[in-house]
Amino acid sequence: MKLHEYQSKNLYAKYNIPIPRGRIASTPGDARQICEELGGTVVIKSQVLVGGRGKAGGIRLVKSPEEAEEAATQILELQIKGLPVRKVLIDEAISIKKEIYIGITNDRINQKPVIIASGNGGMDIEEVARKSPDKIIKININPLIGLRDYQVRDIALHIDLPRNLWRSLNDIVFSLWKVYVDSDATLVEINPLVITSENKLVALDAKVVLDDNALYRHPDLADLRDLDAEDPSEIAGRKFGVSFIKMNGQIGCMVNGAGLAMATMDVIKHFGAEPANFLDIGGGASSEKVAAALRLIIADENVKAILINVFGGITRCDEVAKGLVAACSEVQPRVPIIVRLVGTNEEEGKRILAGSSLIYVDSLVEGARQAITLIKESA
Amino acid sequence: MSILVNQNIRLLVQGITGNEGLFHTQQMLYYHTNIVAGVSPGKGGDWVLDGKVPVFDTVKNAVEVTDANASVIFVPAKAAADAIFEAADANMKLIVCITEGVPILDMMRVKEYLSTKNTRLIGPNCPGVLSPGECKVGIIPGNISIPGNIGIVSRSGTLTYEVLLSLYKAKKGVSTCVGIGGDPVKGMGFTDVLELFEADAKTDAVILIGEIGGNDEEAAAEYISRKMTKPVAAFIAGLSAPPGKRMGHAGAIIEGKTGSAEGKIEALRNAGVQIAEFPEKLAEMV
Repeated sequence: MKLHEYQSKNLYAKYNIPIPRGRIASTPGDARQICEELGGTVVIKSQVLVGGRGKAGGIRLVKSPEEAEEAATQILELQIKGLPVRKVLIDEAISIKKEIYIGITNDRINQKPVIIASGNGGMDIEEVARKSPDKIIKININPLIGLRDYQVRDIALHIDLPRNLWRSLNDIVFSLWKVYVDSDATLVEINPLVITSENKLVALDAKVVLDDNALYRHPDLADLRDLDAEDPSEIAGRKFGVSFIKMNGQIGCMVNGAGLAMATMDVIKHFGAEPANFLDIGGGASSEKVAAALRLIIADENVKAILINVFGGITRCDEVAKGLVAACSEVQPRVPIIVRLVGTNEEEGKRILAGSSLIYVDSLVEGARQAITLIKESA
Repeated sequence: MSILVNQNIRLLVQGITGNEGLFHTQQMLYYHTNIVAGVSPGKGGDWVLDGKVPVFDTVKNAVEVTDANASVIFVPAKAAADAIFEAADANMKLIVCITEGVPILDMMRVKEYLSTKNTRLIGPNCPGVLSPGECKVGIIPGNISIPGNIGIVSRSGTLTYEVLLSLYKAKKGVSTCVGIGGDPVKGMGFTDVLELFEADAKTDAVILIGEIGGNDEEAAAEYISRKMTKPVAAFIAGLSAPPGKRMGHAGAIIEGKTGSAEGKIEALRNAGVQIAEFPEKLAEMV
């Protein structure tokens, strides 16, 4: 789960990481008032959960409350990568001498936390990583021992930080590590961490991503989830405990298991069609869940056929069959549904499906071919 | 013959009195797996499944009484890390964690701790290990596989069953099928299992089932090209998947170009691995 910049900054502030003075606004009038309170030049930053806000015109520097109101009006009308901007963060402007990058994330290659830093922070940090990897320092952290002082000194030396800021960097990096551990984050990032013209370190931007599997330990953070910022069908999927990602093809898919779900989509593509979605009903799915999943797929008007591929292990084929029959009698699907069911209680599942309009197939490849043929016939 | 698990195992089930633990203990017993004990805190002294398996409060206690040497874990995600630590401290040689949804920080601590121990971990979020005709540890259906000379290692669950079924239909047998699980931080990786298959006298060919994300397939490709003498065939799921949701700049800096299905397929192909266009094709390749 991603946090917005302002939420991430609030979290950092609790750990005494220096951030600019600023507040969140959802109307141009509020933006004007906050600008007046802060005085002087401010930065107006769109709060959306995607990168590239600056390039999309979602970040503006303004010099007066009037300009702030006008800029906020424009930014609040923007859609950035398909996401509407509903809030803007108004921060005091900071004069910058140098931009530093600091991030902590899970290094899945080395299977432990890693801290990454660079003296060339800012928007082009990935470009720096590609072209001049020597300008990036990566240090793995032993998760049982935690961050050590010497590791921060290694960073300070590598990014050529003036000595009078080493203590300040140490405090910030240790705080960042604490945020990472205390909130079960999978990413905590400051880009840029700037040296101001007053020779202070300040976090100008903040990004936090939390581990969904650990949210049960952090109800306060889980409450920060911004439903406006997510695709409605993905929210609906989560409500029913299925994993759903909408795509642009014509063949809707329902599968148990993420790997098999991707393989099913791959087979559809291999035979020349495009999947309409990724949908994993997970293990041990109940008939209610199956019915909810089917409704989600049918809601997509592009869908011309549905391929259901269930390999019963924990999931029982009879439960899936019951869910399908119930959902079909309720929603009266307008497209053909092809079902492939094998594994636990397969015979019982087939028996339940026998009297229905569902098309039964024996293998995944046969199912994909059938779906494609039926689409061509109906076109 | 087989790797990791065989009829000499002395298996303990952590979380044996839960719904899934109990159901799959029964399934493993049907497969004649030698289950010597179960653990369920607060239920020590009970017997389950018509008195076939004694239940203990702690792993330590279970090991003292039954001499168990391997554990399979079905406890809820909140308790999974603790269950692995407990099994490792009781000197289990093999721990198979079926539980899904274990927090990643917990797993990084587990992994660091196990690096000092003589314990192998498989999972979490995995279907377990099956040596057809010998032993089943976990939840892989036992009725879709016959003994043979093909080794399987997979990051997926149900996709693995799909491949097992197509081998079964082609009357091809399996030495051992290892589901290593799909989590980013986990126990054994592809390379660890490939080393065991390479050394196993009864395995003549290996099927690798991978998917997008991480660099485990790329690492496997490197191992295969340097050390592996046995033929390997692979399927990588996710060619049609939408571009992954990136983890800020940090993810891009750490993982670089690794992770895509195309990249993995290219790395494996360059290592001499045959690539299947869809899962059912694997059975024709080995």
